Amino acid sequence: MEALTDDKKEFLIDKANLIRQSIIESLVEAGSGHTAGPLGMTDIFTALYFHVMRHDPQNPTWPERDRLVLSNGHICPVLYATMAHAGYFPITELSTLRKFGTRLQGHPHREYLPALETSSGPLGAGLSQAVGMALADKLDFGEAGSGRYIYALLSDGEFGEGNTWEAFMLGAKYKLHNLIAIIDRNNIQIDGYTENVLPLEPLADKLASFNWHVIEIDGHNFDDIIDAVGEAQAVYGKPTVIIAHTIPGKGVAEFERKYEWHGKPPTKEEGQKALAELRTLAGKIKSEHE
Amino acid sequence: MLNPDQKLNPKIFDLQVEQVPIRDGFGDGLLEAGSQNKNIVALCADLVESTRMNLFADKFPERYIEVGVAEQNLVTVASGLAAMGKIPFTSSYAMFSPGRNWEQIRTTICYNDRPVKIVGSHAGISVGPDGGTHQAIEDIALMRVLPRMTVVVPADSIEAKKATSAIAKTTSPAYIRLARNKSVVVTTDESPFELGVANMLVCPNKPEVALIACGPMVHRALVAAKKLESENIMVSVTNLHTIKPLDEKTIKRITKEAGAVVTVEEHQIAGGMGSAVAEFLVQNLPVPMTIMGINDDFGQSGEPSELLDHYGLGVEAIVETVKKVLARKTN
Repeated sequence: MEALTDDKKEFLIDKANLIRQSIIESLVEAGSGHTAGPLGMTDIFTALYFHVMRHDPQNPTWPERDRLVLSNGHICPVLYATMAHAGYFPITELSTLRKFGTRLQGHPHREYLPALETSSGPLGAGLSQAVGMALADKLDFGEAGSGRYIYALLSDGEFGEGNTWEAFMLGAKYKLHNLIAIIDRNNIQIDGYTENVLPLEPLADKLASFNWHVIEIDGHNFDDIIDAVGEAQAVYGKPTVIIAHTIPGKGVAEFERKYEWHGKPPTKEEGQKALAELRTLAGKIKSEHE
Repeated sequence: MLNPDQKLNPKIFDLQVEQVPIRDGFGDGLLEAGSQNKNIVALCADLVESTRMNLFADKFPERYIEVGVAEQNLVTVASGLAAMGKIPFTSSYAMFSPGRNWEQIRTTICYNDRPVKIVGSHAGISVGPDGGTHQAIEDIALMRVLPRMTVVVPADSIEAKKATSAIAKTTSPAYIRLARNKSVVVTTDESPFELGVANMLVCPNKPEVALIACGPMVHRALVAAKKLESENIMVSVTNLHTIKPLDEKTIKRITKEAGAVVTVEEHQIAGGMGSAVAEFLVQNLPVPMTIMGINDDFGQSGEPSELLDHYGLGVEAIVETVKKVLARKTN
């Protein structure tokens, strides 16, 4: 992985802003879907697809590619928007989100969109699939591995699922240092704040006691994100989990930190307001539309 | 009486006939498949010897993954392995896999179209003394409603070995249901076996009822047929080892010949093999039919044969049911 230059960081910040705009546009068009999670995870997806991962949008099934397993499938608007901006399919296709005949299903279906590594929606099953992928790599290439990394993206709410903890136990048992989990620690879930629904803290201590290497970061700081992935790649003998503290709804003041925005889309008016805010954000935007 | 083309074990009606646990055939089949294909990997949830996966695990320890008592992880890790080109076999008791992890099987294996092979051992009430918590009698229903899933219920250990080899070669998800106890070895190495093709074990010239069975019930159906023959009631007996995809052609043929059907399985009447046959027949060739199985009930502790008798799956019960269906047909 290359070092992060100032120019590249500017590029990532601008790209993330465009992706956020695409998320808003596609959700308004769809009329249903999740808003808070996708906006909160945009910076991490941008960093992964535009700096971290080894992949080729022109050859999505390239065997040597890194794998990205999205466990909490409901935040797929950010996955789709990032993939479109990365060149996997036309950005205009984002307007088909959740509509009949679309490749962009309400929750990801890998058969409809071959660039997806898995289908997801029901929570708690993504990390274990990533464990399986990392194990396969270890079986074929031994301790040194193939150089591929398996990235698993999880929500904090899905720690309610026992399957998630089973996967943490097995990942540690097989010392899968080619496996990097990133948790969207945004503290909200459908019924409210995670610490009210089913308390998770002290999450970092719990995961460290499961024999994972744990890193905590600001999930909106590209230096943090890329440094953490670099550290994870350097760890030997155990998998790494990055707890990314994120702001749900990040980038649009009206949506930020409100669990009410977990599972609903913006109306047309709310969307226009959000887009206006994003397009003027800190004067940094060099939007293609302006 | 026996169809010579099936090359069945000639001793099946002897009291001294050889009995082998059906799961043993799976253990042998997996070992053989693993020797032929290095992409085959095996995962177990803390029941490696009990499910006979230990033969593979001992021979290929690097390809064996012990996940602990975690059936949800068992199948989802397998899905991830399959995504990278492996052909994973998972084993546990049927009550736990697919009993506990159905949604994971649906989403990460079937919806994803991954070639994971799920092996559910200790299925049916013939598990015996362990009692109702460990007697899976709903698993055929759970698996056959899933798109893309192949469902196989071998009649004996030899067929279990052949079925294991066969599903190791397909690219689709599959479920194999295994019984725990020693079962009469009905078939031989020379008996034909093809996924999706039912075997007609007894085919008299003018059958009056078509008996269709799967798993260990195949032997009981054969014994019942012999008894009926001694009373001059001729029935055909078919081993419907593959419940999905259903061999509609053979079912149609034997139903046309006999004009009445009785199915026998160690499973709930609702949703099992008999239901699959009924769904087909009621829409294509409705005839008098009775589905023999567990009638909306749970199992309990006991010896296998006394449990089967108690729940209405004894040879006598099959004989009586055939006669009743015959009466419905002639009325």
